[in-house]
Amino acid sequence: MKIHEHQAKLLMAARGIPVPRGRVARTVDEAVAAVRPLIEESGNPVVVLKTQIHAGGRGKGAFKEHPDVCGVNVITDGITGGPGAAEEAVRELAKRMLGSTLVTIQTGEEGKKVSRLYVEQGIDIARELYLAVLLDRSASRNIVMASSEGGVEIEKVAEESPEKILRSEIDPAIGLAGFQANELSHGLGMEGEPAKNFVRFVMALADAATELDTDLIEINPLVVTTEGQVIALDAKVAFDDNALYRHPDIADMRDETEEDPAEVAAKNSGLNYIKLDGTIGCLVNGAGLAMATMDTIKHVGGEPANFLDVGGGATADQVTTAFHIITRDPNVKGIFVNIFGGIMRCDVIATGIVEAVKRVGLEVPLVVRLEGTNVDLGRQIIEDSGLEVTNADSLRDGAEKILQLTEHL
Amino acid sequence: MSILIDLNTKVLVQGLGKTGQFHTDKAIAYGTRMVGAVHPSRAGTEFHFEGETDHSGVPGREDTYTADLPIYATVSEAVADTGANATVVYVPPPFAADAIMEAAAAGIGLVVAITEGIPVADMIKAKRYLQGSGTRLVGPNCPGVITPGECKIGIMPGYIHQRGRIGIVSRSGTLTYEAVHQVTQLELGQTTAVGIGGDPVNGTDFVDVLELFQADDETEGVVMIGEIGGTAEEEAAEYVKSEMTKPVAGFIAGTTAPPGKRMGHAGAIVSGGKGTARAKIEAMTVAGIVVAETPSDLGEAMVRALG
Repeated sequence: MKIHEHQAKLLMAARGIPVPRGRVARTVDEAVAAVRPLIEESGNPVVVLKTQIHAGGRGKGAFKEHPDVCGVNVITDGITGGPGAAEEAVRELAKRMLGSTLVTIQTGEEGKKVSRLYVEQGIDIARELYLAVLLDRSASRNIVMASSEGGVEIEKVAEESPEKILRSEIDPAIGLAGFQANELSHGLGMEGEPAKNFVRFVMALADAATELDTDLIEINPLVVTTEGQVIALDAKVAFDDNALYRHPDIADMRDETEEDPAEVAAKNSGLNYIKLDGTIGCLVNGAGLAMATMDTIKHVGGEPANFLDVGGGATADQVTTAFHIITRDPNVKGIFVNIFGGIMRCDVIATGIVEAVKRVGLEVPLVVRLEGTNVDLGRQIIEDSGLEVTNADSLRDGAEKILQLTEHL
Repeated sequence: MSILIDLNTKVLVQGLGKTGQFHTDKAIAYGTRMVGAVHPSRAGTEFHFEGETDHSGVPGREDTYTADLPIYATVSEAVADTGANATVVYVPPPFAADAIMEAAAAGIGLVVAITEGIPVADMIKAKRYLQGSGTRLVGPNCPGVITPGECKIGIMPGYIHQRGRIGIVSRSGTLTYEAVHQVTQLELGQTTAVGIGGDPVNGTDFVDVLELFQADDETEGVVMIGEIGGTAEEEAAEYVKSEMTKPVAGFIAGTTAPPGKRMGHAGAIVSGGKGTARAKIEAMTVAGIVVAETPSDLGEAMVRALG
């Protein structure tokens, strides 16, 4: 689960990790009202107005409706004009940002609608770094990743100058050891007060990752201020969904408006659904088989409309919900059901399909491939139903058949 | 021979909830030597199983079976009483990692964890706990391990298997069945099929299983099924290239998966350009593995690899 930057910073601040002062705003007036207190508390006449969406690249992104406005704006009007001038500048920008659609490198062409802004104090930056805590799958441990190249995409650094990336494994029994934090600090060329601050920062961040069950914490950039403070200028945090049960306060931070409505509906019914851009809807049991079904559709020349795993013990109700979700997608020209019944019996699934089609009503071609436990019974049920269903013998056969049936549509 | 489990494997079940009961019954029907259960709230009682024998399993049995499985409060008690040398974990996610550690502490050699949805942090700790112990963990979030005709530990349907000469190792449940089914239809059969699971932190990796298959006399070829996320397939390809003499066929799921999205399995995600299907297929091809274009071609790919 992803959260917004302002939520991430709130969590970090609560753990004593330095972040800039900021206030979240859902209206233009709230954004304006945040300016004066921020300037007074920080003593810095600069404020920053940041879009809050679950996607990176905001600083370089632009609004569809206002191509001249980007997702992160540094407002310097307060330096000469005082807080009043800063307020006016924020008002004009916030008007254009709120309710508009920001397109960044990570949002895709359709972009994301902006409904929250974060107004933050300005920071006098001496140096920008990169810091992250994430899982190293090969090591089966979390690692701290740090780089002197802050503010750029870490993938780019990894490609162009991998020697600039430092790594430190976190032993789950010990946490990040003091010497490891020192090594990182030394490796980044930190000295004096900033070095001490960095060590405190990275140790607190490593603890936070473990205690909050994060999937990823990425601070890019982490900045050293002209006064030697080490502070998180940005913060991207994602959590392990499987551990949210022990963090109800974090689970409450979920912003469903940032997620695809169909994906949310599927999740609430215990289904795993991901929308794609193609025309062939798929309904499959098992994550691996569901991926492979998409791949096979593509392989024979089609485009999958979705990933949908009904799981190992789907009920007739879930199958019906799955059909609802697939058919609601206007791009879907045909549906391919691919079930390898193991513990899940084909006759149960077949009954579910027949009921679902009768309830949902089907206007597009349907190909069903059943294999495994009680397969003959399953095929019989579909045949006896009188529904217009094409049977397939294998995954590949099914993919080819649904493609033929939809090609002319 | 086979790998990991055989007729001599004596199996405990940890977690006798609805799922645990259902699959324990299927395992007994198959002929697996289920020797006891660990379920603290029912300790001291027995659980009764009866039904029709699954004749696709261990041969030479009567048509029906009955079994009374003793239930224990702790794994160490169960081991002391039954001599169990393997255990299968159906314990719910919040307690599953603890169950794995308990089994290791009791000295059990093989722990098969079926549970899906264990927090990553819990698995990191459990794996650290297992370091240096004699315990091998398979899973979690896996279908289990089966040596056809001898022992079935997990949730896979027994009857699609047939004893034979191909080893199967996979991160995905239903794709394993797909491979098993084809290998059975081609009358090649399986020595052992191992589901290593779809989680980012798991106990046994492709390389561990490939080493076992390479050393197993009966296994003549291996089908390896991977998916997007992580680099386990690349490491396996490296092993196949440098150490393995037996032919390997494979498939990677997720060529069409959009980056940054978790495809059902917690571990199936392309992030930061890492873990793509393309990179895995390339590494496997370079290593001489015959990579099937679709799962429907897995059996044929194995035949081609066997030459």
